[in-house]
Amino acid sequence: MPQHTLSVLVENTPGVLARVSSLFMRRQFNIESLAVGPTEIPEISRMTIVVNVEELPLEQVTKQLNKLVNVLKIVELESLNAVERELMLIKVKVDAQTRGQVLETVQLFRAKVVDVAQDSVTIEATGAAAKLQAMLNVLEPFGIREIAQSGRVAIGRGSRSITDRTLRSVPGTAAG
Amino acid sequence: MGNRAPATTVRPAEETGVEMTETAPETLTGAQSLVRSLEQAGVEVIFGIPGGAILPAYDPLFDSSIRHVLVRHEQGAGHAAQGYAMATGKVGVCMATSGPGATNLVTAIADAYLDSVPIVAVTGQVASSVIGSDAFQEADIRGITMPITKHSYLVTDPEEIPRVIAEAFHIALSGRPGPVLVDIAKDALQAETTFQWPHELALPGYRPTSRPHNKQVREAARLIAEAERPVLYVGGGVIKADAAAELKILAELTQIPVVTTLMARGAFPDSHELHLGMPGMHGTVAAVAALQKSDLLITLGARFDDRVTGELSSFAPEAKVIHADIDPAEISKNRVADVPIVGDAREVIADLIRALQKQADEDELVGDYSAWRRYILNVKRKFPVAYDKPTQGMAPQTVIERINAIAGPEAIYTSGVGQHQMWAAHFIDFERPRQWLNSGGAGTMGYAVPAAMGAKVADPDRVVWAIDGDGCFQMTNQELATCALEGIPIKVAVINNSSLGMVRQWQTLFYEGRYSNTDLNTGPESIGARRIPDFVKLVEAYGCVGLRCESEDELDEVISKAMSIDDVPVVIDFVVERDAMVWPMVAAGTSNDDIKIARDMAPDWEEEDL
Repeated sequence: MPQHTLSVLVENTPGVLARVSSLFMRRQFNIESLAVGPTEIPEISRMTIVVNVEELPLEQVTKQLNKLVNVLKIVELESLNAVERELMLIKVKVDAQTRGQVLETVQLFRAKVVDVAQDSVTIEATGAAAKLQAMLNVLEPFGIREIAQSGRVAIGRGSRSITDRTLRSVPGTAAG
Repeated sequence: MGNRAPATTVRPAEETGVEMTETAPETLTGAQSLVRSLEQAGVEVIFGIPGGAILPAYDPLFDSSIRHVLVRHEQGAGHAAQGYAMATGKVGVCMATSGPGATNLVTAIADAYLDSVPIVAVTGQVASSVIGSDAFQEADIRGITMPITKHSYLVTDPEEIPRVIAEAFHIALSGRPGPVLVDIAKDALQAETTFQWPHELALPGYRPTSRPHNKQVREAARLIAEAERPVLYVGGGVIKADAAAELKILAELTQIPVVTTLMARGAFPDSHELHLGMPGMHGTVAAVAALQKSDLLITLGARFDDRVTGELSSFAPEAKVIHADIDPAEISKNRVADVPIVGDAREVIADLIRALQKQADEDELVGDYSAWRRYILNVKRKFPVAYDKPTQGMAPQTVIERINAIAGPEAIYTSGVGQHQMWAAHFIDFERPRQWLNSGGAGTMGYAVPAAMGAKVADPDRVVWAIDGDGCFQMTNQELATCALEGIPIKVAVINNSSLGMVRQWQTLFYEGRYSNTDLNTGPESIGARRIPDFVKLVEAYGCVGLRCESEDELDEVISKAMSIDDVPVVIDFVVERDAMVWPMVAAGTSNDDIKIARDMAPDWEEEDL
């Protein structure tokens, strides 16, 4: 099924995450990942939601989300016109022999080591999902002890901003 | 739907053009602020029960102009609020305490959500300092109702009360109407606060579209002119939008046949020649055939519910679809629309009429559906909704026919869910909107009595009949105590077949007559039942008049007697035969083409060729 990245601007009010996730559960839409964070406007949060659905169900997802009173705006970000990133922390087993090879892999993927122990290193990597998967494949043989991964965040390319027009209608914001 | 809200609505000043007077803040308790807000919102009546967490609100309510109807179970409060809302088009209000009080409202809230009924449920919550600690009578009612409310609030700051109430009423009534929950922590009700009614609502994420798009309307008008076999498929949205008058003009202008769904009974007069009746699982042959054979569905405020479409893949296979709805999410949800129109049904229909007239005047484009009309009206004549009278006992359909004949279309009819509901939908002549109140989407047994109570409070001059079943009646009949004490003289017809009739019908048809757990024993000894409870004695204990009717020759007399009593509620136990079935029927999950008019009897389509 095709993957879609939705950027959803919501009012930063209690319960809004519960409303969105409860909607996805009830309508049987599958969330691949969901990341929430503040925006440049304190009253507005941004959710980046990745869903695997066909065109028609995607329209339903968008329409149902739009019905939530706290949802301000929904934009689908096309991969070609957006920068998409995920963050991954990977704890890899190392010993005297393998340490060098692991560090080489880190270099290769432009990742970095953020913690070192006698028998492990922890790597911080960011990138698109495919890059992170490729890196994981290379690290796999050394022994992966633990992974922590963020949801995808994404932003459209170019100078346009999707918050520009939205914030004007939100009371209490600088432009409102 | 519902954008031309009556005076009870709070609307942003820029929309109404009415400057709301700004009142200077004054000090009062949160509870006083709540009651003042409800008064400002135009509330006339609240159905509810007090309890610990909501208790502070009941003190100022004691002095308020708002009437409080003390119900016997919170579910009754919820359905009564729905009945009030459906009868008037205004927002119905129910109130309950925290925990079990609030959870008892859940069924009614779910019902209002599925049938788009504007209600506001106000619940007390435990004090904010103990929320989340599993305190006494604590339930996360906002979380519980999140998937079944249009919106919900948890208020812990008393300053927010006026704004939240104003928003709740606006959201409940505007756009696609629905239930809104306002949960208020007890300490917020007790605290000192100021009261200031908002003069403007700030809901940047909530902007329902009521004005239809011109281009889409023109496109719809073109399809209508080109069609050969169009049908006006009318849903409850037409009633919510008060668009019955416009619908009649459209139908008569175009001479297109009309079907009205269970939620739309009364949106178009049953007596009208162009009316084919109700479509769906228990729809008329003409209404079901019209949809199946149509080449254009003009869908107005309906939502292609599975009870209408049957097996979706074989529903109206040759039809293009114009779908007008106030809720964009309904369009192309079940059936893809060729022409989607988002808008209020009344505005859509009015615009369509103008577009069709313009098209006729300027381009001489007028549809001719005379062959289609001849065909489908012939099907209507040939397959009226009918039934066979039993050799023994009274037919339930006859009872409903006689109530209809004696009470007439000026009465309001509510119903429970099951066989009696379907018979009422068929055998009562619906001539006007808001004449028929029932639980369509949720199918809530027990809706009839409390909804009738709410309707009677809303419109005390009308006769209100609850057509109920013996199963449904036992779920909510405690509200008869409320009706007797509060002077709400409703009339209840218990169509008593001593069983869960619709389930029994399915057992007859699909489970080889194995009647597992459907015998309720409310019938007489003559059929081997134990008459538990004896409905006449039961309702007398509630201070109502109880009557019983066991044969057809007593029918008119008993119904007339009930009609003559207008100071106390009357309940009639109509003892009917238990083997009557609802026909026509499209078995669940099968195609509408396989409609049966009686057991193993399908209409003869060959003879009916176009």
